[in-house]
Amino acid sequence: MSVMKRLKLIFSAKASKALDRAEDPRETLDYSYQRQLEMLQKVRRGVADVATSRKRLELQIQQLQQQSGKFEDQSRKALAAGREDLAREALTRRSGVQQQQADLATQHAALQAEEEKLTLASQRLQAKVDAFRTRKETIKATYSAAEAQTKIGEAFSGISEEMGDVGLAVQRAEDKTQALQARAGAIDELLASGALDDVSGTAKDDLTVELERLSSEGDVELELARLKGEIGAGSAPEAIEGATPPAAQPAAAPQAEEDRS
Amino acid sequence: MIVRVLGEGQFSVDDAHADLLNGLDSGLERAVESGDEDAFRVALTDLLSQVRALGERLPDDSLEASDALLPGEDSTLEDVRALLSGSVEGLIPG
Repeated sequence: MSVMKRLKLIFSAKASKALDRAEDPRETLDYSYQRQLEMLQKVRRGVADVATSRKRLELQIQQLQQQSGKFEDQSRKALAAGREDLAREALTRRSGVQQQQADLATQHAALQAEEEKLTLASQRLQAKVDAFRTRKETIKATYSAAEAQTKIGEAFSGISEEMGDVGLAVQRAEDKTQALQARAGAIDELLASGALDDVSGTAKDDLTVELERLSSEGDVELELARLKGEIGAGSAPEAIEGATPPAAQPAAAPQAEEDRS
Repeated sequence: MIVRVLGEGQFSVDDAHADLLNGLDSGLERAVESGDEDAFRVALTDLLSQVRALGERLPDDSLEASDALLPGEDSTLEDVRALLSGSVEGLIPG
């Protein structure tokens, strides 16, 4: 049998099973309406959950961006200090962070699409639930039981189908959000462990240790002296400019002049 | 006939187009059965765009049951198989 008809049968089989359970179909109207309101709640919670996950992703993307900026900064400082090896290391780590960032951006877009879909689904269901409420009151006022039964059947299958549809959308959004939360958790751990963060990872992060040592003024002086010894005075002013705070420059510069003469 | 596109809404399509839609639907069915992802994508996209082009969107507050249901545009072959097996839990009528 065709796809269209098979899906239709699957949806209506579930609906008629629910309808058959009631002895007087009119009783099912109020019950069904309650279920519809619950379903609306569920869709709204779904929208909120997706939005929360989306915001968490945005936060992580921001953190990764800062991290990437930090690595770039470090690579500049390392280069200014003549340490191309460290600069290379910092840039390599930055490219790893950028990869993560790109992945998250893709997921962010997917989640945003899911959020939009769910919002629209919730609007559709809301419109149908409102229509059902009106129809329900009309049917209740119907004098003939046989006529009421037909009308209940019609209204019921219409709303059941919508609920089934929206139920699918909610389930899909839940699945996606769960998968994403596992991943977001992993990235949070990565950020917290210091593998990506140079502040909390000082104990093990050789790049950070070396750069911190380089950027502290006393060590820069030592480094300068060593560099000057190795490659001559020509590159010393540049190294000072890049590696020391501006306030230290006036003191350091005359010394460099002295050494050169 | 009324066709629901899951995740999108209902369309009222003139019965005169039934043969065309049924033909496209058979193609979709063959693609699902053979597991051909590319053919499935093409067949689903074709069928959905015909429904949208030939049909008229029903207002959100209409309470009519559909004569036929179609998977949404971004469904995968796996999604559709799960739907057809009736094992999907998200269906909550009542």
